[in-house]
Amino acid sequence: MTPEEIKTKVRAFLLKYIKKPDLQDDEDYFASKLINSLFAMQLVMFVEKEFKVKVEDKDLDIKNFNSIDSISSLVTRKLGC
Amino acid sequence: MRLEGFLQISGKGRYLTGAVKKTKCLVWDLDNTLWSGTLIEGDRVTLKENAVETIKTLDSRGILQSIASKNDYNTAMSKILEFGLEEFFLYPQINWGPKSESIKKIAELINIGADTLAFIDDQEFELDEVSFSLPEVMCIRAASLDRVVEMEEMNPVFITEDSKNRRLMYMADMERNKAEESYSGPKEEFLSTLGMVFDISSASTEDLKRAEELTVRTNQLNTTGYTYSYDELDGFIKSSGHLLLIASLSDRYGTYGKIGLVLIEVSESAWIIKLLLMSCRVMSRGVGAIVINYLRNEARKRGVKLLAEMIQNDRNRMMYVTYKFSGFTDISREGQTIIMENKSLDDIPPYPEYVKLRFPKFL
Repeated sequence: MTPEEIKTKVRAFLLKYIKKPDLQDDEDYFASKLINSLFAMQLVMFVEKEFKVKVEDKDLDIKNFNSIDSISSLVTRKLGC
Repeated sequence: MRLEGFLQISGKGRYLTGAVKKTKCLVWDLDNTLWSGTLIEGDRVTLKENAVETIKTLDSRGILQSIASKNDYNTAMSKILEFGLEEFFLYPQINWGPKSESIKKIAELINIGADTLAFIDDQEFELDEVSFSLPEVMCIRAASLDRVVEMEEMNPVFITEDSKNRRLMYMADMERNKAEESYSGPKEEFLSTLGMVFDISSASTEDLKRAEELTVRTNQLNTTGYTYSYDELDGFIKSSGHLLLIASLSDRYGTYGKIGLVLIEVSESAWIIKLLLMSCRVMSRGVGAIVINYLRNEARKRGVKLLAEMIQNDRNRMMYVTYKFSGFTDISREGQTIIMENKSLDDIPPYPEYVKLRFPKFL
């Protein structure tokens, strides 16, 4: 899976939760108050299910989940590609 | 297989040892269980003696009830309506599928573990089928109906204001869920339509029964799984070395009741969160994160460190994620027990705008 494909899926998921059609890839949606940790668990479960990767305790850092870019690089790293 | 009292089913069961698991929801079969006769065969069915009494007694104890019946939905529901019992059953499953599937669905919709469900039916086949697929469900033969209210599993340790209103609170949940499903905008926008009010206060003596009930009932959204007795909790509210906070939530559909509990060990240099738990009913409302942010703000104001104990199990991962995403990091780990510290008290995000907050003036 290419980073672009990953990002497209992540964006589609996020837009179910937040109202910002022009969400940027590098935009930190936790910092910009767009979403709070309410969605943290949904986000973690989405990543595991959609990309079939196991998010381990050490990956559970908000920095791995706070933008489309950071989720994409986490998934890429996990998929080993 | 979990068995009723001392009755054994089909010779395959085994007796429960140890603590009795209290039932949160009893699932009823209809034909020849709730009533005598078979609806589809055109019988004129009559309610079993004691059935209504049993339903009302369990309801007053805060035990929820539902239906798993193989019947035509409309015919069966109009009969239930005729008997004036419709308000007592949450998410009735009346269809031709396996009852184990119906029961799974009920557990999922109410959002409780199958090990807190009980199922009553007159057919050995159905009891066996449920026991086989869901061994954790307590199975009861319809012949034991008269004894149901006496069973230990049907007698909660506490009956609090919240338990008496439990069915109504779940009914309000059904309304909310319907509204949420039909809402097409983003989730956060939906939340802002609810008009939520979240209240944190110091627990008082009147809250202690509910507090103990929460520690016993809550598994998923529980950071340590410590349970405390009434007397221990009473000790905490009197002790200067502890803070016991209780949280409640309401919205335009009604109240969710007292749904959260926090126990903090207080020392001069640090606050240690010994227990943080939230009822599953508020899982998707983000209030766990609000409580943590509140504690971060309070710790910062006092200039103390904020630590948290976390005991991981296979069900409470969500709480670990909530801690992690609220700025906590692991500082030590021994087996399943983790000590975490919040090292970002200078960088606390604002509270969400979709909920009105009420915090205690003094702690």
